[in-house]
Amino acid sequence: MGKRALAGAVVVFLMGAAAYASFYIAPEEKTMHVLQRIFYFHAATAWAGMTALFIGFVANLLYVWRREGKWDALGVACAEVGLACFTVVLITGPIWAKPAWGIYWTWDARLTSTFILWLLYVSYLLLRTLIEEPDRRALLSALFGIFAFIDVPIVFGAIRWWRTQHPAPVIMGGPGSGLDPTMSKVFFFSVFALHCLVVFLINERYRLEKLRAKFEIVRREAEAI
Amino acid sequence: MSLLSNTAVLLGKELRTEFRSRELLTTTFIFILTIIVLFSFTFDPTSDESRRFAPGLFWLAFLFASSLMLQSCFLREQPNDTLSALRLSVSDPFSIFLAKLAANALFLLLTELLLLPFFTVMYNVPVLPVLHWLALVFFLASLGISIAGTALSAISAQARMRELLLPLLMLPLLTPILVASAEATKALLDRAPYVPWAGMGFLTVFDVVFLTAIWLFGEYLLEE
Repeated sequence: MGKRALAGAVVVFLMGAAAYASFYIAPEEKTMHVLQRIFYFHAATAWAGMTALFIGFVANLLYVWRREGKWDALGVACAEVGLACFTVVLITGPIWAKPAWGIYWTWDARLTSTFILWLLYVSYLLLRTLIEEPDRRALLSALFGIFAFIDVPIVFGAIRWWRTQHPAPVIMGGPGSGLDPTMSKVFFFSVFALHCLVVFLINERYRLEKLRAKFEIVRREAEAI
Repeated sequence: MSLLSNTAVLLGKELRTEFRSRELLTTTFIFILTIIVLFSFTFDPTSDESRRFAPGLFWLAFLFASSLMLQSCFLREQPNDTLSALRLSVSDPFSIFLAKLAANALFLLLTELLLLPFFTVMYNVPVLPVLHWLALVFFLASLGISIAGTALSAISAQARMRELLLPLLMLPLLTPILVASAEATKALLDRAPYVPWAGMGFLTVFDVVFLTAIWLFGEYLLEE
């Protein structure tokens, strides 16, 4: 308990520090002024969410290969945390878009593909609720998780190829792109803080899932008696 | 070699089963025809507008229909547990998948080609000059739909609420097919038609990626 509480406190501190840095340390952007500060959360959450889904993909592969319950628990933990991150991204995006572009939503490549990604992982969680038998549920949802993760870059490519308003990548986006050094430091600090948060949440959710699996076994034994 | 010969035998079985009753093809055909007629009420299908909207509508109708059509390919093995028998009788479970997805791709392609004349007449889009390219787009898209759709129908057949679940799993996953095939068809039906290399390349990439994924993981989907 002590370790987990300490980890939680560290995460809360890091998130607070990231909020402080993005409001007070990062310089004001020229065209969007204070509005641009949502970037430190919007983009950093998307990065952290992608990390969660990637860990989930690896866990799904490991489950199919090794058939150990812990990989199933990790898979669902990552999918849920990743989905939560992308829900935040889909909410903060329109908040930023309305004053910046004049509209809440546009059918642009990154918005649309993020939404499709969100739908894919909602389907993944829905699939899990619709299969009773635990081993079957673990295997089939792991396989769907693998297909969904493979699909993400293809969806992104397809939509990007044919239709686009979202700003071109600012970080690692090619010549002419790039952030002010202080902005960049604040951004990467936000990314770090959100990754810590995501890892903390995945760990908590993973423990919960393992407890649930244990409870399920006990319940079945009790029913058998 | 046994993979191919097994697949050929199983494909023959799938085709025989369907062509005895032709239930699947008839109902899918009528379903898409109904959707195409209903779409005409949602906007005014004058010539220029149809050129812009028709390809998207066609593929959307098609995707919905295929999400219903693909339900049955594993469900019909369930009443007599014939899937276990199939698994026992082939050396490589991948051939079961290959046969089912080839059969599904053929059914889809056949429905598309049967619907094309109706579509041409009702939406006033000329297809004859670009028919060979259109057939290629149809082939690549049907293959993609049936590769991913067959795998997902193996998943949904083992869950509750399977009739609703398959479209939910399938439609977001198949977005790239919808985008690429609608754009490719639009390019072919344009006033100045051009060959949609990008669209066809994209469909090919999708087909290859998902066929590889199913080759790697397909056998687990059929586990008891």
